[in-house]
Amino acid sequence: MDQPTPSSPAEIVVQMCGIVKHFPGVLANDHVDFELRKGEIHALLGENGAGKSTLMNILAGLYHPDGGSILVNGKPVSFSSPRQAIQAGIGMIHQHFMLVPSQTVAENILLGLDEPRFFMQLSKYEQEIAKLSERFGLKVDPRAHVWQLSVGEQQRVEILKMLYRGANILIMDEPTAVLAPTEVDELFNTLRAMVAQGKSIIFISHKLHEVSQIADRVSVLRRGVSTASGVETRSMTKTDLARLMVGREVIFSLEKNPCQPGKVVLQLEDLWAENDKGLKALRGLSLQVRQGEIVGLAGVAGNGQRELADVITGLRKAEKGRVLVDGDDITNRSVKTGIHHGVSHIPEDRTHVGSAPNLSVTDNVIMKKYKHAPIARGWMMNAIAATNYASELKQAYEIIAPNLETPVRLLSGGNLQRVILAREISSQPALMIAMQPTRGLDVGAIEGVHRLLLAQRDAGAAVLLISEELEELIDLSDRVVVIYEGAIMGEVANGNIQHIGLMMTGVRQDQLADHMEAAHE
Amino acid sequence: MDPIIILQAGVSTGTVLLFATLGEIFAERAGVLNLGVEGMMLIGAMSAYSIAVYTGNPWLGLLVAMIVAGLFSQIHAFISITLQADQVVSGLSLGFLATGVSLVLGEGLSKAGTIPLIPTYTVPLLSQIPIIGPIFFTDQKVLVYLGYLLVPLCYYFINHTRPGLHLRSVGEYPAAADSLGINVYRLRYLYVFVGGLFAGLAGGTISLAISPGWFSELTTSGQGWIAIGLVIFAQWNPIRAAFGSYIFGALRRLVLDIQGPTMIFGLANPFYYNPYWGFFLQMLPYAFTIIVLVIGSREAIRKRLGSPSALGVPYIRGERGL
Amino acid sequence: MNKLLDRLPFRIELEPRLVQPPRWYPWVLSLLSVVVALLIGAIVLALAGGNPWASYAHIARASFGDIGVFSDTLVKAIPLMLVGLACTLAFRMKLWNIGAEGQFFIGAFGASAVVLLPVLPEDAPRWLFIITMIVFGMAAGAIWGFIPGFLKARFQVNEIISTLMLNYIAISWNNYFIFAIWSDGGFQMSKVFPRNAWMPRLTDYVDTIPMFRGLTTHFGLILALVAAVVVWLILYRSQWGYEIRLVGDNPRAAQYAGISITRNTVLVMMLSGALAGLAGMSEISGVVHRLQGAISPGYGFTGIIVAWLAKLNPIAVVPVSILFGALILAGREIQPSGIPKLLQGIILVSLIASDFLMRYRIRVHRKDLLKEAK
Repeated sequence: MDQPTPSSPAEIVVQMCGIVKHFPGVLANDHVDFELRKGEIHALLGENGAGKSTLMNILAGLYHPDGGSILVNGKPVSFSSPRQAIQAGIGMIHQHFMLVPSQTVAENILLGLDEPRFFMQLSKYEQEIAKLSERFGLKVDPRAHVWQLSVGEQQRVEILKMLYRGANILIMDEPTAVLAPTEVDELFNTLRAMVAQGKSIIFISHKLHEVSQIADRVSVLRRGVSTASGVETRSMTKTDLARLMVGREVIFSLEKNPCQPGKVVLQLEDLWAENDKGLKALRGLSLQVRQGEIVGLAGVAGNGQRELADVITGLRKAEKGRVLVDGDDITNRSVKTGIHHGVSHIPEDRTHVGSAPNLSVTDNVIMKKYKHAPIARGWMMNAIAATNYASELKQAYEIIAPNLETPVRLLSGGNLQRVILAREISSQPALMIAMQPTRGLDVGAIEGVHRLLLAQRDAGAAVLLISEELEELIDLSDRVVVIYEGAIMGEVANGNIQHIGLMMTGVRQDQLADHMEAAHE
Repeated sequence: MDPIIILQAGVSTGTVLLFATLGEIFAERAGVLNLGVEGMMLIGAMSAYSIAVYTGNPWLGLLVAMIVAGLFSQIHAFISITLQADQVVSGLSLGFLATGVSLVLGEGLSKAGTIPLIPTYTVPLLSQIPIIGPIFFTDQKVLVYLGYLLVPLCYYFINHTRPGLHLRSVGEYPAAADSLGINVYRLRYLYVFVGGLFAGLAGGTISLAISPGWFSELTTSGQGWIAIGLVIFAQWNPIRAAFGSYIFGALRRLVLDIQGPTMIFGLANPFYYNPYWGFFLQMLPYAFTIIVLVIGSREAIRKRLGSPSALGVPYIRGERGL
Repeated sequence: MNKLLDRLPFRIELEPRLVQPPRWYPWVLSLLSVVVALLIGAIVLALAGGNPWASYAHIARASFGDIGVFSDTLVKAIPLMLVGLACTLAFRMKLWNIGAEGQFFIGAFGASAVVLLPVLPEDAPRWLFIITMIVFGMAAGAIWGFIPGFLKARFQVNEIISTLMLNYIAISWNNYFIFAIWSDGGFQMSKVFPRNAWMPRLTDYVDTIPMFRGLTTHFGLILALVAAVVVWLILYRSQWGYEIRLVGDNPRAAQYAGISITRNTVLVMMLSGALAGLAGMSEISGVVHRLQGAISPGYGFTGIIVAWLAKLNPIAVVPVSILFGALILAGREIQPSGIPKLLQGIILVSLIASDFLMRYRIRVHRKDLLKEAK
């Protein structure tokens, strides 16, 4: 085995050699090498599905590798559970936070520890946690329930959870995906502070600019194979990284026809609505989307985007205000009314909302067509017409499935998204609400989705694109509006990322000038 | 028709429901719905009774009842946790199986003759308190007092101890617990087992203390199902479970007693003069269960309380794939 | 345990299936799981001091031995088919209607009311009697299904508990009428229905076809077969069935597609109750010919197993019901009396366990090969 050579400038804390991990049908990691030095921020770059999370889940003890060896602080280890990894000082902060919403911050942090042994005397531990959070500048109330916290605060709890366990090696899986630009800066400061105190950090990302900004070194994975291992970030350009990540030249800008907006299709007037917890999610939101334009809705997750999509499509009741489509008031009408008015909806959650996992491809694509001829025939359904329709869509949208009878849960994420897009686009919508349409897809699939959305726009549909990927919004949208706490802060046409960032934290457009000045001073 | 006697008997018969409900609370808090409670109670009642017949020791009977029901519960645990089957169907099938086994092994048990039962006890001093004394502390089975102890213990265990914290997190967000090295599968097996122990205890309490004897399926007469309803009414809280169980116990007793007297509130008692109206009285506990569910569900909607988030969902590590 | 596994010369691995298994696979799997269940049952029977092979041989002889007993098997299978269809329909929408037993009793009550209230005079023609009894039986069952359906749709009351509680209430309800109102001379049963209210049986045609002598298979079989086809058509060929399957698989997706879950919950529970009610009617009019307490050896619960063994396929419900009809018929004479129930339980357990193999495949790797690879 490779031993750290005495001449190496920094101590090596993690060394993973020739890691192999199979999943049924996929080779997720194919002899991957990875090395982490003490006190560095090491980025692990790769597309969705490249095997980054798998590699790190192996290091964190969640998966067991099929082959390869791991050294931590020079000693060979073989974790059979996350607990052992934590004991070895390795803590992972997952992309989906591993926090129990109904429990308090302190309870979440103490979960799974050997101490307290039996009785939970929380007050003592709450003080300890408060002290720790002060030391690393991670402000959070230990007594608050997790469901009450913002996403940024929850992330802090996750970091605290690992620090409390004495983790020296922190794995952060796409930590910026859910944060506003200012929160990202805050996080980066925290990360730098932690590194300064001797911690080592692995930063998983697929965002090139972040990697260049924060990481000392970078390793790149492509389809389970390591294409760069421990390269100094300074020596790499964004284009270099992109090539390593995707395996070909990547075009950074989309080709777009000029926007030709027509009449107003979607008109929202002073909308108010509650979220599932009964708190106000929309507070007097007004917005217009015209024919032939893509309006991007930017905002940090949980500022009312989901509720907005639900209210427009009729899945949620508005308490006040109006939703007009083509001038018709469809406020608080049924989902069906919306569908009749040509509203189509690409939901955020493909598996839990957008599809019926155990039903066939055919059954999934006819979800909004089954009551219309030729698929409908009286109260019956014409199975042949349905199959024909499905096979047409399968071809047109390049859905890869063994046959039309395959349950869609067996399809890959990209293919499932194609099933949903095929269904929604083929209805030739007047208005399309697309929520996070590219989340979790690889670059090829993302390009495909983008092209389809632009084609919709050019065909005269009004598109409301809701996304947390700022770059996607700016590239794709003709206008970007920013939502904060259920209201629109303002509109940006030229893709000024700084303005968008400020509005995402609650600065209204008319106050922008003051804030920019303040920032300069 | 003495209200004190009805309440006293209510506490006594309610203890059966209490045990079963507490057990199901543990299983459900860990995220496993077990609809086999009725079957496990039946097998508990059968084992307790037969052991008491053979050994003459009711305590040994109770112990065996708990262990047997606990072991049976592991069938459900295996199918729903390891094999990831639908918990509803798995629980139902456990119920069928346990019922079948109890009927086969309990064949002829009803003619076993008299057996020693769990003794009663009157608490000195406490029984002197007016109203409370006679209801709760006079001539009650020892198991009833065990129930008084278990309620606060279970409540404290679930809400204020480390294992309780682990229990709750496994039922609310198993992935989080797993990521911190808590063995989700083991804990779920464990608390399904605990649920089985309690159901066995409930069954033994019927056949050896509250309404002694073995009457095949009539021994439990749907109390296991009522217990599952009570868990929802109790919102997975042991203290509310006690409250609900004792009220139900009292109701069962009231249904029996109300047919006795000729006069009721100074009027001719219709149930005395029309004995067949008793069939409508027999419906009451079941109808009341439905009413209690309506109340419980409404309250849950209003307060936005819910069942443990992961209830009924098998846990599969790394379900999100790569 | 792990050490033990390490010593084996091969390694067993489970992996999720990424492609759909072939069409024959689920049925072979079900068949195998029934065989396994019968083997386990044999062990249990042997442990309980019985002779399992003698018992099984007896069951086979007493249910399929000749045309006479096979006809009796069919008679037991008729209510199972209808109740199995009731469960199939509800389970398809993930509505756990385990109150088919109660709906069966209430259906029997409704059908009896036609004779006993009476709704029709005693000399009404047979066709009118039977149609009216079908309508009343189904309507009564539908009402009994409506209650939990409505409670679920309106108040989110768990239907498992409410349907089960309604079983007990239904039995008490019937008992009141049997004991108090329609009691025949103080016995706990009503008077025998007039011949016009009996569904035709094969033996009724013995004059034309002598072979039918003593065969009690009745018109209910036709009703059940028609019902199976109708339920199949609803589920697989109608828009409503599509909605049911969609809600059953993913209610949120159904909502998103504009399908009303509350409306479908109530409707499906009502139709499910009506089918179970029809089973009660057919039992009353085809077999018992009077209203009494003991009309069901747990048909409502066996129907759950039937539906599951048939993989919620309405057509498969028919043969599966015949199998279980045999078990119920022959089981009456087997001692101890709990054995049929025990066997049903074991079959259901092994069936559900086998579902695992629908989603996962077992792979056996030889260890030395792996070592070479390393």
